Amino acid sequence: MTENTTGGDVRLTGISKTYGSFTAVHPLDLTVPQGSFFALLGASGCGKTTTLRMIAGLEDPSTGTIFLGDRDVTDLPPYKRPVNTVFQSYALFPHMDISENIAFGLRRRGIKSVKKQVDDMLELVQLGDKARHKPHQLSGGQQQRVAVARALINHPQVLLLDEPLGALDLKLRRQMQLELKRIQTEVGITFVHVTHDQEEAMTMADQVAVMNGGRVEQLGAPADLYENPRTTFVANFLGTSNLIEAEVVETGSGSADVVVTAGGGKLRLPGDRCTDAVRQGGKLLVGVRPEKISLAHADDAGSIADGRNRVTGRIVDSSFIGVSTQYVVNSPAGAELQVYEQNVERDARLRPGAEVVLHWNPAHTFGLDAAQDIDAGVETVEDAA
Amino acid sequence: MTWLRKNVVVIAGLLTLAYMILPNIVVMVFSFNKPNGRFNYSWQQFSLDAWKDPCGVADMCESLTLSLQLAAWATVGAVVLGTMIAFALVRYRFRARGAINSLIFLPMAMPEVVMAASLLTLFLNMGIELGFWTVLIAHIMFCLSFVVTAVKARVMSMDPRLEEAARDLYAGPAQTFLRVTLPIAAPGIAAGALLAFALSFDDFIITNFNAGSTVTFPMFVWGSAQRGTPVQINVIGTAMFVLAVLIVVAGQIITNRRKKTATA
Amino acid sequence: MSTTLTKEAPGPVEEPILRKPPTRKRLVPYWLLLPGILWLLVFFALPLVYQASTSVQTGSLEEGFQVTWHFQTYVDAFTEYWPQLLRSLLYAGTATLLCLLLGYPLAYLIAFKAGRWRNLLLVLVIAPFFTSFLIRTLAWKTILADDSLVVDALNALHLLDVTSWLGWTEGERVLATPMAVVCGLTYNFLPFMILPLYTSLERIDGRLHEAAQDLYASPATTFRKVTFPLSMPGVVSGTLLTFIPASGDYVNAELLGSTDTKMIGNVIQSQFLRVLDYPTAAALSFILMAIVLLMVTVYIRKAGTEDLV
Repeated sequence: MTENTTGGDVRLTGISKTYGSFTAVHPLDLTVPQGSFFALLGASGCGKTTTLRMIAGLEDPSTGTIFLGDRDVTDLPPYKRPVNTVFQSYALFPHMDISENIAFGLRRRGIKSVKKQVDDMLELVQLGDKARHKPHQLSGGQQQRVAVARALINHPQVLLLDEPLGALDLKLRRQMQLELKRIQTEVGITFVHVTHDQEEAMTMADQVAVMNGGRVEQLGAPADLYENPRTTFVANFLGTSNLIEAEVVETGSGSADVVVTAGGGKLRLPGDRCTDAVRQGGKLLVGVRPEKISLAHADDAGSIADGRNRVTGRIVDSSFIGVSTQYVVNSPAGAELQVYEQNVERDARLRPGAEVVLHWNPAHTFGLDAAQDIDAGVETVEDAA
Repeated sequence: MTWLRKNVVVIAGLLTLAYMILPNIVVMVFSFNKPNGRFNYSWQQFSLDAWKDPCGVADMCESLTLSLQLAAWATVGAVVLGTMIAFALVRYRFRARGAINSLIFLPMAMPEVVMAASLLTLFLNMGIELGFWTVLIAHIMFCLSFVVTAVKARVMSMDPRLEEAARDLYAGPAQTFLRVTLPIAAPGIAAGALLAFALSFDDFIITNFNAGSTVTFPMFVWGSAQRGTPVQINVIGTAMFVLAVLIVVAGQIITNRRKKTATA
Repeated sequence: MSTTLTKEAPGPVEEPILRKPPTRKRLVPYWLLLPGILWLLVFFALPLVYQASTSVQTGSLEEGFQVTWHFQTYVDAFTEYWPQLLRSLLYAGTATLLCLLLGYPLAYLIAFKAGRWRNLLLVLVIAPFFTSFLIRTLAWKTILADDSLVVDALNALHLLDVTSWLGWTEGERVLATPMAVVCGLTYNFLPFMILPLYTSLERIDGRLHEAAQDLYASPATTFRKVTFPLSMPGVVSGTLLTFIPASGDYVNAELLGSTDTKMIGNVIQSQFLRVLDYPTAAALSFILMAIVLLMVTVYIRKAGTEDLV
């Protein structure tokens, strides 16, 4: 089903897009492996949609080339590329019914008898009984499935999805995420999916490229990106991170531990979880995810195992979420550190004002270049607006 | 009293509407008149004579035919040129946008007598004979802007993604235009065409200056205001009004019916 | 761990070669614009130039006309016909004001209160267009005739005494008076005021009214502070599209007026078609056009050109 050659890879080389003096996409190189589910993830305005549209041929790149397998498609108009797009607003033709919408691409390519294929596709997306309906008579979720069907029926080499689930409510979105993943696995076509929802990207994609300000910040499998972020943006954008300002004391070589000081205490982290710049010495940002941290009351400090990183602090806030409790802790190492504890046994002493010790396995720590913006990628009220 | 105050806007609006429709009613009523003298301004007695013999007046039906032909050709010309301009304005970026917008706007705002007189000057200076063609040229000129406005309004409300989707699905430029753009823009083009037809058919001032010896229907009516107003003018006027209302209402019914039958 | 950093390659980087979009693609809008704009340039703009040139010519039909830069024509025309010019502006201004006062409620009604009658009302506003406006204007001769119901009613209410005293009508007659002409002008140009107003009002979100009332504004205040200001583009546009053509009209003055109500349009028409004094006619036409262009320029300065068409 999927070839292991670069026969069908999507390769962007030196691709950029500028509008006058504004650069939407800085020159980037990207390879989407054949048959994978690839996500372009980022906040609005980061250039992900522009990049997608360049692959589709709906925007002309300012520089660079695009290859589909061995074929240079950079100068080809969209109607000559074996690529199809599912648009954010679905873009279903309002003056045609569902069947005609789905058959559109086949007809334009000169295929005369389309009925069987259209019927099969309607079955695939479970809209067989709505064949003669017009788009405006369908719900948002149904329209979305028609848009997918309309693109898939053409067996493109690559299917591009531009935030297709954005307009759906939460429950429907979850359903469609699984649907799309199932279809992709079944059909084996390369999917390139643009989204700003990091949970969506991590759920569906084999590989994720995190974009920010027209550049790719980091590229990799979801677990890699999550556990080992290379920039503060990625650390903050995917889930939540605690970033602590620290200074190197010992730079280990190879994968030996690096020792740093922060807020009066010492912390260890594996050498290969630090970026190169960090290992030279000087300042750095020490990062650890809230769910990796355990919270012990100050009185129980003695029972914490050796070798774990520790930071003392005081609980400022706690929220009971049901599955977990989320604590905000102030500490000499850093203000407002976040800790997520699963609610297995609840310790009644862990209330706002309590003195506590945060501790975690050093292997879960990562180190980032201190020169970066510590708040990059954090969503604020202004951003959410 | 409070009912009056609450609905004062509605009442005022309907009074204005009455003001606008009143002459049409008078025209309709007086088409059934049998006037005493040459003019049809005061009611004498009911008669169906004019309706039975609508073309009884010399030259009137010829002028009517001429006006219809002119309107048809002017509509074609204005719609073709105007639709192209509308698409250029909405879908593309280009230089001198402000100047072009102004140039298109001015014919709508310019007094007809200025356009009429200056066009006549042009024709006289170039030695072009006045007649059907000069009138047609003039009509296309002033209908253009109205068509642009109507089509532009419709195209602006069109999702540009629809054309992108068509191109994404292997439709070349011609296919995209014929199968997606045109059908969706059609209502706007139809509105522009209707407007152009009405404006051309009804035009007097510009036509009067540039027609030479050809006589359009409005020119005939103008002449009859001096010579004598035959009742048949009212017949034509009523027929046109009723026809126009029927066409528009029929259009509405068809659109509504299409929406209903699409629901399974 | 298979993460790859994809930032710019270290070391000196060559400036990537910019791709230019194909020329064919960039010229498309110009090809689309060309025929129509050319048509307007040749048959709208160019004639205006010819007119300007004619206005400074001298001669006669027998001898032919030559450009002699005879600006005296302007002075003569203005001194002789400034009453008609002024009268035209006055009548057109009055008619425009009346159109605004009468048209606004109707536009408001259609935009906000019509519900499912909206389309029918719009049809009734536009449908009269399809009857020759000359026939309809002639109908006013019937409506305002000396012995008509309307005039009798006005007389009975002694309204005509008031208007007569003001100089708008004469005695018991309405026809062949300024009031008849203004009445006709108003009637003819109402649709040109109503449609832009309606378009502008229709765009206003009804929830703004609700918000205003939630914040203690009475209906009158809501209108003054919210609705009317938001409808200003429509008001201005409708005013322009009414006043300007009305100022050049001569049909209403000819059919419903008298020799005392002649407007500048009548003068231009008679100069051009009867007296055949082309330079004078052209000069008057140019003056009228200059006034129009001035108004349009002021408007464009304030509102820009994007919403013109």
